[in-house]
Amino acid sequence: MSLTATFPKKKNRSRSALPGFGLSMGITIFYLSAIVLIPLAALVIRPWSAGFDGFWRIATDHRVLAALRLSFGAAAIGAGINAVFGPIVAWVLIRYRFPGKRLLDALVDLPFALPTAVAGIALSTLYAPQGWIGEPLSHLGIKVAYTPLGVVVALTFIGLPFVVRTLQPVMADMSRDAEEAAATLGATRLQTISRVVLPMLLPSLITGTALAFARAVGEYGSVIFIAGNLPAISEIAPLLIIIKLEQYDYAAAATIGVIMLTASFVFILALNVLQNWAASRR
Amino acid sequence: MSKTKHPRSATQDHPLMRVALCAIAIGFIGLFLLLPLATVFLQALKQGYGVALAAITEPDALAAIRLTLLVAAIAVPLNAAFGIAASWAIAKFDFRGKGILTSLIDLPFAVSPVVAGLIYVLIFGLQGWFGPELRNHGIKIIFALPGIVLATMFVTFPFVARELIPLMADQGREEEEAAATLGASGFQTFFRVTLPNIKWGLLYGVLLCNARAMGEFGAVSVVSGHIRGLTNTMPLHVEVLYNDYQFVGAFAVASLLALLAIVTLTFKSFLEWRYADEIAAAHRH
Repeated sequence: MSLTATFPKKKNRSRSALPGFGLSMGITIFYLSAIVLIPLAALVIRPWSAGFDGFWRIATDHRVLAALRLSFGAAAIGAGINAVFGPIVAWVLIRYRFPGKRLLDALVDLPFALPTAVAGIALSTLYAPQGWIGEPLSHLGIKVAYTPLGVVVALTFIGLPFVVRTLQPVMADMSRDAEEAAATLGATRLQTISRVVLPMLLPSLITGTALAFARAVGEYGSVIFIAGNLPAISEIAPLLIIIKLEQYDYAAAATIGVIMLTASFVFILALNVLQNWAASRR
Repeated sequence: MSKTKHPRSATQDHPLMRVALCAIAIGFIGLFLLLPLATVFLQALKQGYGVALAAITEPDALAAIRLTLLVAAIAVPLNAAFGIAASWAIAKFDFRGKGILTSLIDLPFAVSPVVAGLIYVLIFGLQGWFGPELRNHGIKIIFALPGIVLATMFVTFPFVARELIPLMADQGREEEEAAATLGASGFQTFFRVTLPNIKWGLLYGVLLCNARAMGEFGAVSVVSGHIRGLTNTMPLHVEVLYNDYQFVGAFAVASLLALLAIVTLTFKSFLEWRYADEIAAAHRH
């Protein structure tokens, strides 16, 4: 899933003979403004009622910083795990034939389709100290549920399809000529994969991992059940927004919201620059 | 893409490696995806069908199901109509700023669901821009149906548009121009020429939009107020039951949502397989 669409550049930009541009563009602009742009502007304006000092005081609050650190840190670890296993899943689905492959392929999209609250209570039950996975792990002295590790598990779950679905079309389109050439020149299969295949996949791997990270940073539903939500320990930033709202502390809620929004903007902008750079290298 | 046979094994992995990678992939998906899905149904049926059925047909659960269906019935058609309008404007006409407009349409995907709920509270909540005004007129948006619909519309905003824009851009505008030249009106052109060409892509987008609309939790959680039997959607009802330690009930309602996910995935895979050429290029693999 790329965040920007590309359009075929036509040499002669002729005027379309079709009707309805004004109407469809009018609906698009009105609807986009009413649902997305104006409400987001309301958020960005809100935190500054107490000046920059007020904003800074909330942003550097111990509990807020801890929540932001957890959301961004756990999202990064989860994306990292998916950056390792995602390519393996994609490779197996594209290159190998085996029974049940179509089922496996469809399952990859489960985190997109399964409501996050459902994923949340299922993961929490599995990784709880008496759960199927939690119990064996507890004998090893590993506690997952109700710790920051639980947050990582939930964010890994939510991010997997982004990595796999970004890699799959690239792997499918990848010509095997380069691999054959490397093999002909005496490279072992492992050398071919590490020196030829992986570099070709790198741009889309980075994109997919970045998308998984961006989604995980803001994730709420699948996390709150397994996290335990201890302030400053296993409390994610989106949950802290809700807590501040319940205390009618709109300024603090908006401040955290603006920080998260700004971070995802900067991140997506950087990703677009990276994608353009990768495209220009091709 | 031509399918040539490869008698040489130059581009094939070592058998041991194939087995190892397959095992890792299947193990990872089994552990992280299949097991949670199975857990939902197993926990729901732990005390038999009767208990699960009772949890689903109890009045608060039925109210939650009705509300979820109602919210989706409002939000999905509106977003589908927007998606069609936006893709018609973007894919069939040339204008400046097309890339920026497309990025703005994708914006909601980059926003945390909780922030999506927050923005409407900041506008319509009691301390929001229009909060006092709305209260004086007795209009409730936050902690009521309009707020839930708005938050749902925000998080599902890009689904139909991002499916249709690349599809309609691919198809070009020659067919529509021919129809227009032959004297068809704009709406005739759309319904007789464009719609038949994009119907499977539209269905694909609507399917994903609907799944997210019915399952949305974070955004709705902020604006709903969690009033049992009134403003609890199905995912919120699951949360309330789970936090009340009514695990069987929580998983019974959750299993309905999991069934929705399975139906969505099955239908989605079917569309990708059967109508590969008639949905956006990004899904062909």
